[in-house]
Amino acid sequence: MLMAALLLAAGAARAQLTVEISGTGGNQIPIAIAPFPGESGLQPQITDIVEADLNRSGRFRTLYTGPQNLNETSAIDFGAWRSRNADALVAGGVYPAGPGRYEARFRLHDVPKQTQLGGLALTLTPQQARATGHRIADYVYEKLTGERGVFSTRIAYIVKQGPRYQLQIADSDGANPQTALASPEPIISPAWSPDGSRLAYVSFENKRPVVYVHSLATGQRQAVANFPGSNSAPAWSPDGRLLAVVLSREGGSQLFVMNADGSGVRRVTSSAAIDTEPTFSADGQTLYFTSDRGGSPQIYRVPVGGGTPQRVTFDGSYNVSPHLSPDGKLLAHITRQNGAFRVAVRDLATGQTQLVSDGPRDESPSFAPNGRMIVFASEVGGRGILQATSSDGRIRQRLTIPAADVREPAWGPFLNQ
Amino acid sequence: MKLLIALAAALAVLAGCSSAPVTEGAPVEDRGAAAAPEGATTGGVSTTPLPGSDLERQRLEADRKLLTDPASPLSKRSVFFDFDSDRIRDEFRPLVEAHAKFLRERPYQKMLIQGNADDRGSREYNLALGQRRADALKRALALLGANEKQIESASLGEEKPRCTEQTESCWAQNRRADMLYGFEL
Repeated sequence: MLMAALLLAAGAARAQLTVEISGTGGNQIPIAIAPFPGESGLQPQITDIVEADLNRSGRFRTLYTGPQNLNETSAIDFGAWRSRNADALVAGGVYPAGPGRYEARFRLHDVPKQTQLGGLALTLTPQQARATGHRIADYVYEKLTGERGVFSTRIAYIVKQGPRYQLQIADSDGANPQTALASPEPIISPAWSPDGSRLAYVSFENKRPVVYVHSLATGQRQAVANFPGSNSAPAWSPDGRLLAVVLSREGGSQLFVMNADGSGVRRVTSSAAIDTEPTFSADGQTLYFTSDRGGSPQIYRVPVGGGTPQRVTFDGSYNVSPHLSPDGKLLAHITRQNGAFRVAVRDLATGQTQLVSDGPRDESPSFAPNGRMIVFASEVGGRGILQATSSDGRIRQRLTIPAADVREPAWGPFLNQ
Repeated sequence: MKLLIALAAALAVLAGCSSAPVTEGAPVEDRGAAAAPEGATTGGVSTTPLPGSDLERQRLEADRKLLTDPASPLSKRSVFFDFDSDRIRDEFRPLVEAHAKFLRERPYQKMLIQGNADDRGSREYNLALGQRRADALKRALALLGANEKQIESASLGEEKPRCTEQTESCWAQNRRADMLYGFEL
């Protein structure tokens, strides 16, 4: 009945995230991106996307090049680029490659060493200009920082506009928002499957919270946890086979693990307290979760197969919403200090904790798949916005949608080409 | 018994829960202590009108009137809680007793309790806080003689606030559990 009111929408939504950047990284790499001959017919232009991506990362400073007559085969006058303080240079071009297709080719140069670091040839349709820019930025980022770039990844989040809730997915720069689900009832806790093909989330369309798994390619969705009471807080195992969920079917809010199709439900924790917000460790063996079994909400960990939970956080009276970095070394969570909710990052090996956001109402931290950035929900002027911070707190980005609340971000995985 | 199951299924449809709701029929059970003064259960034997019969329709309509009549204490459905608490305050005791009696005397009636929380902090933790309040209210109703199987407790967390300002009086309105009957779902 209520299902009839739900609408599965494809295509671009009207609202678009806009990104603002503040703060800068320590050592920014000065890089020149020469405009590609042949790209002027594309919208957007590929090198504009590469520049915007690298700038937004906070780890690069792009230099104005002016018009250049360079492409991937040009001999480079390294001395001239050196005098313009460029440490790196990207030169390439865009060439017709049959009907409706182009090929983008580029090379990346190390200016001080006067060497070539490599290059790529990418075929594209005109609609793929933006994606191609992201891929080139990913390549440059990885060559020069030694870490994988996340410019081609996506972020899922919930938009509340008036009485309507939408589950949207956008590129990591906020462009290209697509609506996967629209509903008159709340949607919370989106979680990406490790292969990026599906989202699990909680929907209230049936008068109580139910966990769904939603296939992004087909729009098909399945209620995988729909027991009497509340079903919530889905988290995927790293191999994508299991979902950890919170169920109240046996009383209270307790952790359960099930197969991703909802079969084979088994209980993990048995407490008289609240156990919620499970998240898998990188090796899939441990669940980190929030529990108030010690009197205040704190983060604990427990073997997925069950066992005695161990407490992880001790500072303060409110530590919730654990999320692990992909390498398993850092734990991001929300902590309350003087009434303000802020994102903290804990080094699990040393126990050292650093605050990386300012509050006062920050929620839902989620690591980028390279572990360098954390996206989280925040509030400015009474409106929900998304922010991203580098894991060390030095670089901040803001993603806002005019006239809407944005919340519950989840940064998607790397996609294999 | 078949009739009971059929009735339960009909009520579940009425309740708008299509998949796995409170579909277990209210079983024929003598709870001993809670002897029903009137109504459908006597000494472990109950009579149930056929689903869709005039008698059943009349009975449900009478129930609906009772539950929505502003003069009836049963028209009040909300229990409010203190910060970070699931204790049912004394002032709500008469209300909880009235609904427990209503359920006890009508084993065919179903209730969905929706727990709520104010919006400070984590949405999922707040969902669990709302669940704790809904569970506490369910326990209280059961202690007062309602059959647990008549009641489903779930949480809306901070997602359906009655009041949206950032003030203590507003937060207090959102720390709440609501009792809904089948015809309201």
